[in-house]
Amino acid sequence: MKVLRLLALAALATIACRRAEVGVRLNGAGATFPNLIYQKWILTYNQEFKDAQLNYQSIGSGGGIRQFSDRTVDFGGTDAPMTDSAIAAIKGDVLHIPTVLGADVAVYNLPQVSVALKFTPAILADIFLGKLTKWNDPRIASVNPDVKLPGSDIVVAHRSDGSGTTFIWTDYLSKVSPEWLQKVGRGTTVNWPVGLGGKGNEGVAATVSQTPGSIGYVELGYALLNKMAVGQVQNKAGTFVSPTIESTTAAASGAMKTMGPDTDFRVSITNPDGPDAYPIASFTWLLVRKNYDDGAKGGTLVRFVWWALTEGQSEAPPLGYAPLPKEMLPWIEARLKTVQAGGKPAWP
Amino acid sequence: MASLPGPERATSLSGRNTGDRVYRGALTLLALTLPAALIAILGGLLWNAWPSVRTFGLEFLFRSTWDPVAEVYGAAPMILGTVISSLLALLIAVPLALGVAIFLTEFSPGWLRKPVASLVELLAAIPSVVYGLWGVFVLIPLLRSHVVPPLRAALGWLPFFEGVFYGNSMLAAGIILSIMILPYISSVSREVLLAVPPAQREAALALGATRWEAVWSAVLPYGHLGIIGAVVLGLGRALGETMAVTMLIGNRHEISASLLQPGYTMAAAIANEFAEATTQLHLAALFEIGLVLFGVTVTVNAAARLLVWRVARGSAVGSRAL
Repeated sequence: MKVLRLLALAALATIACRRAEVGVRLNGAGATFPNLIYQKWILTYNQEFKDAQLNYQSIGSGGGIRQFSDRTVDFGGTDAPMTDSAIAAIKGDVLHIPTVLGADVAVYNLPQVSVALKFTPAILADIFLGKLTKWNDPRIASVNPDVKLPGSDIVVAHRSDGSGTTFIWTDYLSKVSPEWLQKVGRGTTVNWPVGLGGKGNEGVAATVSQTPGSIGYVELGYALLNKMAVGQVQNKAGTFVSPTIESTTAAASGAMKTMGPDTDFRVSITNPDGPDAYPIASFTWLLVRKNYDDGAKGGTLVRFVWWALTEGQSEAPPLGYAPLPKEMLPWIEARLKTVQAGGKPAWP
Repeated sequence: MASLPGPERATSLSGRNTGDRVYRGALTLLALTLPAALIAILGGLLWNAWPSVRTFGLEFLFRSTWDPVAEVYGAAPMILGTVISSLLALLIAVPLALGVAIFLTEFSPGWLRKPVASLVELLAAIPSVVYGLWGVFVLIPLLRSHVVPPLRAALGWLPFFEGVFYGNSMLAAGIILSIMILPYISSVSREVLLAVPPAQREAALALGATRWEAVWSAVLPYGHLGIIGAVVLGLGRALGETMAVTMLIGNRHEISASLLQPGYTMAAAIANEFAEATTQLHLAALFEIGLVLFGVTVTVNAAARLLVWRVARGSAVGSRAL
């Protein structure tokens, strides 16, 4: 009996030790798009700093905002910024902190075409509005003079699930086409004038690869990792730009002029200024509270976020995400310094 | 003999014994959990769907616009899509499944029976996402190159086969659903046919019927209740199937008579849009779709029950008349 009791005591003690070792536990949930890089950051950070135990569940931006607003998680992740009314509903207790950038790229299935096709904003909008229906339309031909275009029908493929990728795409089309803005608008799910819906990037990619003459949009990272043929898009400065990690970061640099240092970062950066900027890009944001009751939680979270934005950025490009422009960091630092934890500033 | 504890047994049966009472109470409780869960699900759906029910009323069922940007929701294309894709699946699966069941019970050589039956049942073990993948990479190219062109050449004048065929379509979804529900219908039907007393067959054969006539006029009528049950089971599965359908149907909020055009189903819409539904009305509209799907399933099941009941009564009356 004594031995048993001793064993039980030992077991309890180990459990207690384990508990103490874990330290601060932080739960987050939200967008699926940045999931890969967030998991990578959390893995590296948990190994480097044993006092913190972070975890992030990719349940979608909508779910992330809901759980963050219900206070069931400590931080959220979203691809579409919270609306003014959603922020008012939680009494303004949220900061949007950009972490990395993503871009939407046009992918198409034209086996005869071996060079990257060029698209103007108007061409993209009219294809997705269903007004431009043949690949050899003179408007497409005039910007692609060296390409022999087939006379086949254009089949549009889009996301059927609600997604930040769709938000970026429709946000861009809303900016470059008044008709799109009026008829369809921007959103994570929209009322598509034409096309087939595929679930997820892989669904759109499968539809495009299986349907000759189709065009769709997927995330830059997905296209890069799968080495898909992607189109060039004409930016505001008039240059045709290939979607790359660099041209996506350039989009954020270009947009900084219109944002200003006091921005709350809830800005769309599609169709930005800048000669090298790829025009269909966006931030993805972490949702952080302005006030944490638990001092340890707030402090650890702010340290993690700052680590991710500085040291962590180099892990982004290999996974297909574009890092933030360096010149934006002071702006974010100023915002993070306003976070309060247990009545004191959370900044380290 | 006269001193048998009769009265005591009677009292224990009527529940005066404590052990029995506890046992009975526990069983009653267990039996009530299922209806309670059903009511809880219905209540939860209704509660969450209420903003949408109040805003759109009955129009929700008849409108064909689904616009989350303008916050206008109507489920007509999805309701129709669910019903049409499931009926199409039944149309293909029922004759096939019945054929398999009849072959296995009546005509197949003994050594073939087990392997074929197990292979058919194996179809039920394949995850639906695998069916979806197979559909995208095998079925759709096959339809595009070998099935739709002759179909259109022969029946193109029908409204069901109009328009450009892109691949993802009601037809593709219906075919994949039919393969998915086939094992359910065929296994249950096979069990039903096996349960038909041999005397039934022998009597028909003795009267000079061929094997086929014996099956058609003696075996199938005897087992028809069970077969209807099998079909309803398959239909229930088809109505609720999500993953494979959403991968193949094209996910388009549009009503079209043509089976070659894309469509949408209720289950697919919920799976697609739930994670990113940020506004309360969007979420409520998705819950209302769930409510409608619940309603459709209950209606279908109730209708099947009614059918079984009427057929059963009819045959009882019939046999009495004999």
